[in-house]
Amino acid sequence: MANEFRMPSLGPDMEAGTLVAWKVHPGDAVKRGDVVALVETDKGVIDVEIFATGTIEKLLVEPGTHVPVGTVLAQLKNGEASSEVPAPPAPASSPETVGAPQVTVHAAVQPPAARHQRISPAARVRAHALGLNVDSLRGTGPGGVITLDDVSKAGRANAKRANSPSEDQVHDMRRIIAKAMTRSKHEIPHYYLSIECCFSRAQGWLDQHNAAVAIEERLLPSALVLKAVALAARAMPEFNGFYKDEQFQAAADVHAGMAIAMRGGRLVAPAILNADRKPLAVIMSELRDLTTRVRSGHMRAAELALSTITITSLAEEGVDLLVPVIYPPQVAIVGCGSIVERPWIVDGLVQPARVMTITLAADHRVTDGRAGARFLRHVHDSLQSPEKL
Amino acid sequence: MNASELDQRVLQIFLSIAADVDPQQLQRDVPFRDQFDFDSMDTLNFAIGLHRTFGIEVPQTDYRELSSLGSTIAYVDRQLAAAHA
Repeated sequence: MANEFRMPSLGPDMEAGTLVAWKVHPGDAVKRGDVVALVETDKGVIDVEIFATGTIEKLLVEPGTHVPVGTVLAQLKNGEASSEVPAPPAPASSPETVGAPQVTVHAAVQPPAARHQRISPAARVRAHALGLNVDSLRGTGPGGVITLDDVSKAGRANAKRANSPSEDQVHDMRRIIAKAMTRSKHEIPHYYLSIECCFSRAQGWLDQHNAAVAIEERLLPSALVLKAVALAARAMPEFNGFYKDEQFQAAADVHAGMAIAMRGGRLVAPAILNADRKPLAVIMSELRDLTTRVRSGHMRAAELALSTITITSLAEEGVDLLVPVIYPPQVAIVGCGSIVERPWIVDGLVQPARVMTITLAADHRVTDGRAGARFLRHVHDSLQSPEKL
Repeated sequence: MNASELDQRVLQIFLSIAADVDPQQLQRDVPFRDQFDFDSMDTLNFAIGLHRTFGIEVPQTDYRELSSLGSTIAYVDRQLAAAHA
């Protein structure tokens, strides 16, 4: 029911979570997509959004309580918010969120805070970068204005909580990874295919693009690969979805998970939602935003639970080939090795080229090698025409 | 801006993109990558922070100058001096 807010499942293996804090009080109006609570899981502290619009009637669970997935955390009264204040129109400039109404994609620009909180411009930029809610900060500047220093302190406190995990948290995350990977290797008959992908054109295009645009619009190779994989997943839906109850269910949308290492020694793969339909600039800005939030402890629930396919890269670790393990219940994962300079034959002549080895691990219960080869070829071909991505 | 002000501002920018790094533990002249995980996404975010604060361009070819706190401070100092020359 929409008038109940329940402990969400933030991944196929999550059984319970700890409510860390409420971001709302009884009587507060909430709308779909508002962050209403912080929940601690093995993946760290996650911002949890609400998927209903209404007024918070009652908070049923105290912070610090560990409860199973599905437990009712709060009760809502519906419809009151919209009768008092008309819901703001959806921003016309964000077509990238169309089709994902159940989630809030962290926009590049923070909407103005509902309450007027005095904050210096530099502090506001920093607070946004850290994913901090300005309204939750206390100002120590003249007249209570929030200073850069206040934001830094809050950011560090947050990050410490999320990213200097206790031994227990690291142990819990290892346990979760162990469980998922053991299940994967135990249940999923993986097959693996790899392709050497000439990245020279893509790199040349990136260098040219990055020299021409404003610094905020520069792209990294991972944005291109993610988009190329998302396009292949859309073209071949048998690689995009979940294997559950002995059968494959294709997902309607492509939510491409990107494995991101946290500096505390942990690993998560939050999703770029509808990655196949987003321009590279949007994918890149979301990747930057996600990485910053993952590392400062501000992941959003929807981003963690929704990946339909995953991309993982060790491109910066100097490895040639990465053979990944599927994250169940997904059915495919793509691994990227480093971009290395190699002799390459073009029109009968040996030339130096930038080459990346891309590997697909896929579930043999769902697809066969021939389909996998077509999938990889699709990724490869997309990367030969980076301007079309 | 004097030298210690510049140090402080570069450190602040660094901490805004790597909020989970303890500034007490950060060694000024050791490459970030030798102290903790620091990838191209961090480097890009760092370059954007420097651009926003100091108005300098930081082309992609200069990213290697941002490998440690000390080298970054020296780089920003040179860029600012060149801009005012």
